[in-house]
Amino acid sequence: MDWIGEIPESLKSIKIRRILSQAISFGLIVTSALMIWKALMCWTGSESPVVVVLTGSMEPGFARGDILFLHMNKDPIRAGEIVVYNVEGRDIPIVHRVIKVHEARDTGEDYILTKGDNNDYDDIGLYAKDQLWLQRHHIMGKVIGFLPYVGYGTIIMTDLPIIKYILTGALVLLILTSKD
Amino acid sequence: MHSFGYRANALLTFAATILAVICAIASFSDTLNSPSPTAQVQVLSINWFQCQPNGNDEVSMTLNISADLQSLFTWNTKQVFVFLAAEYETPANSLNQISLWDGIIPSKEIAKFQIHTSNKYRFVDQGSNLRGKEFNLTLHWHVMPKTGKMFADKLVMSGYHLPKEYR
Repeated sequence: MDWIGEIPESLKSIKIRRILSQAISFGLIVTSALMIWKALMCWTGSESPVVVVLTGSMEPGFARGDILFLHMNKDPIRAGEIVVYNVEGRDIPIVHRVIKVHEARDTGEDYILTKGDNNDYDDIGLYAKDQLWLQRHHIMGKVIGFLPYVGYGTIIMTDLPIIKYILTGALVLLILTSKD
Repeated sequence: MHSFGYRANALLTFAATILAVICAIASFSDTLNSPSPTAQVQVLSINWFQCQPNGNDEVSMTLNISADLQSLFTWNTKQVFVFLAAEYETPANSLNQISLWDGIIPSKEIAKFQIHTSNKYRFVDQGSNLRGKEFNLTLHWHVMPKTGKMFADKLVMSGYHLPKEYR
């Protein structure tokens, strides 16, 4: 009956190795995702290179759940371009089209008015109080391309947070129990 | 090794890769199209022209826009967003772009159109510089694909003038 005493010893060492190797592969996944995101940030010049459309204000061009690719460079902003902008006092960035531009001759500063294609009115009502124009520092990026539907998972997760927890839990469980 | 989970994962990865490649090819195929759209715009009348109490000039006009944008459509085109902008320079601003009318064209069949309209958005200057001002009317179009890269172009029509006096 002396094998009973041996098993826990060998099991313990296998367990520690497995946990270590799983921790490393988990870390690899997280860091490579972070690296891709940061590389995209450098390449596009936008602090948020990929965004998900959350409202139907740009229908039928962009629907809820579509993914947009952003780009930001030194080029001036022109009417017709679709920009993503932040307004003070609002957490969620807005994706709308530029309908008016006034470019100051001495400073080169652009004064911009936007509107959603599917909205009846321009965005002055969405801006901060007494704000008439958007300026460059409000703009996160210009939309250069899009993929339909791909971001719908994000919308489901924002609408029903419970699914987010279930998914995260399942994923962690899967990584911890996987054999390779 | 050949467990259900492993096979499902391989199948899903392969399917996603194929889908991404097909999307990329579809987007690339748009660049093979060389469109040749045409457009004509007439300013039929100036409805009114005044200086607002805050010192900005505002004008209302009636426009006749005819355009043929059918050559912009390819199999990867979801819609074409088209708009007409007044563009001019003032002493303070090196560029003013003011959208006067826009529309969404969802299909090729109705991409050849003629429209008679007054300006949909207010033509307001930043200041009081519009009397006798020469301006361009530019028809811009932004092609929205079913997937992939968006592209845009424009057609500039010059030689339009605003009246010398308010009316």
